[in-house]
Amino acid sequence: MELSPLIITLETAGAATLVTFFAGIGLALAVIRMKRFQGLADAVLTLPMVLPPTVVGFFLLLLLGRRSVMGKWLLQWDITLVFTWKAAVIAAVVVSLPLMYRTARGAFEQVASDFIDAARTLGISEWRIFWRLLIPNARSGLLAGLVLSFTRALGEFGATIMFAGNIPGVTQTMSTAIYAAVQANDYDLAFHWAIVIVVFSLFFVVLMNWWISRNSRRAVKWN
Amino acid sequence: MELSVQIRKKLRDFELDVAFETGSEVFALLGASGCGKSMTLRCIAGIETPDCGRIVLNGRTLYDSAQGICLKPQQRRVGYLFQNYALFPNMTVAENIRFAASGSREEQEKKVKENLVRFSLDELQDAYPAELSGGQQQRVAFARILVSPAELLLLDEPFSALDGYMKWQLEMELSEVLKSYDGAALLVSHDRGEVFRLADKAAVIHRGKMEPVHTKHGLFRQPDTLAATILTGCKNITQARRLDMHHIYAADWNMVLETEQEVPANVRYAGVRAHFLHRSREMEPNVFPMDVIRVIEDTFSYLIMVRRKGMQGRMICWEVPKEEWEPSVSAELFLRFPADEIMLMER
Repeated sequence: MELSPLIITLETAGAATLVTFFAGIGLALAVIRMKRFQGLADAVLTLPMVLPPTVVGFFLLLLLGRRSVMGKWLLQWDITLVFTWKAAVIAAVVVSLPLMYRTARGAFEQVASDFIDAARTLGISEWRIFWRLLIPNARSGLLAGLVLSFTRALGEFGATIMFAGNIPGVTQTMSTAIYAAVQANDYDLAFHWAIVIVVFSLFFVVLMNWWISRNSRRAVKWN
Repeated sequence: MELSVQIRKKLRDFELDVAFETGSEVFALLGASGCGKSMTLRCIAGIETPDCGRIVLNGRTLYDSAQGICLKPQQRRVGYLFQNYALFPNMTVAENIRFAASGSREEQEKKVKENLVRFSLDELQDAYPAELSGGQQQRVAFARILVSPAELLLLDEPFSALDGYMKWQLEMELSEVLKSYDGAALLVSHDRGEVFRLADKAAVIHRGKMEPVHTKHGLFRQPDTLAATILTGCKNITQARRLDMHHIYAADWNMVLETEQEVPANVRYAGVRAHFLHRSREMEPNVFPMDVIRVIEDTFSYLIMVRRKGMQGRMICWEVPKEEWEPSVSAELFLRFPADEIMLMER
């Protein structure tokens, strides 16, 4: 059996999660600090989560396709995104970002502002406050966001097939491989990939729960 | 230590308007919850920004709206003791203190050691805040402020989260800590007892507005506003009207009272503390026959609720030490309202 869908899925989901994790944390911090248009920014960032993934893929095509302004500009540098591995990563990032952003924001907002203020009055720099207080106390939430966005990226289908296509060995992930297999009436193959996805997702969610319970033992005691 | 504060800030229901100067002494702001007293401390520490005004600590301008100066909390060197102590939950006791310590690694270690011993925390140094009692948490919070470069101590309702005995112990410890600050601190509280025991000077804040500064004895002896009278624990307050230079009509009690203090022209309220009332055997000025309505037993005294005999009107509370009260007393008695204990308020 051809293993490339598994490898492509893990690679795209891995690369996308790396981007999503840091971008999500950055955006969460930025939105928390916004004084105006906070609601609007939050809505825009959450939109890809509630829109049908095909709509997200369609907009990505319009925005970054070869005929778009951005696409033409990228072509000058000999860069094509559509129907490439990069497109699959971009699609996965856009779809998983809202999950990371929302969980990170929730995690940061739950960190009591009192001891952050206390740290400031004690003369502790914002940099040390961020790394030694904010991040450690938001850790379980950030880990949950990481796992949620990774599992979301693993199962991404709609935006990927619109924007990256379903090219075997190039952009065909497990979920698009299932679609292709069913279309070709190969139910055995479809079943095979479906089982792999279920096992992977289950594994990561169990891992997340274990991680969070281990990390929050101290936090629970604190409350 | 020298602190001068003059700030205004629009809050939801009223405008905070506070101005005072204080030196090496404990200065207390007494007010009901939500009156803006904590907000005043937060503005001094730099956690909140006033709309306008000026804050100067030991010659350093921390905030000046006219000059556009607003130092970050980190630059202000103001130690803030939070109501819930705000310890860092992910750090042990020793780490909490070390995190706030300035200087080289050796200096930090030295400061941490010293303060662990000083506050008898050496056995708890590896414990997390969640494992500590309220009193222990407060000691860590004090240690943390003492290793930081703070020049002034702000105490935000420091004892309100504690029960009686612990409260007392920590008040004792606080006076020790105050010695490290030349005894200079700003205390915010709604508890008149706490203010009286800890502060040298005090002012009442009522709905954001700061009332005149008094010595603590002055404030309790002659609070000059209704809010201050209530906050200092006076139970008997009536609306009042001037009759002549030394007489008022106490409308809620149906009495004409003689006062030692000269009655201001626009007097509006009068009050007398429950324990200053006295039983009298004979009729003389300021003595009235009273009906006993209710007797309430308190921890160390009886609270006798009385009303002028045969009249309608608000009940008056008379506090009597237990050994002086005979429950067999008849339902009628004579009470004296000492002329020198009647407090008069114009607002």
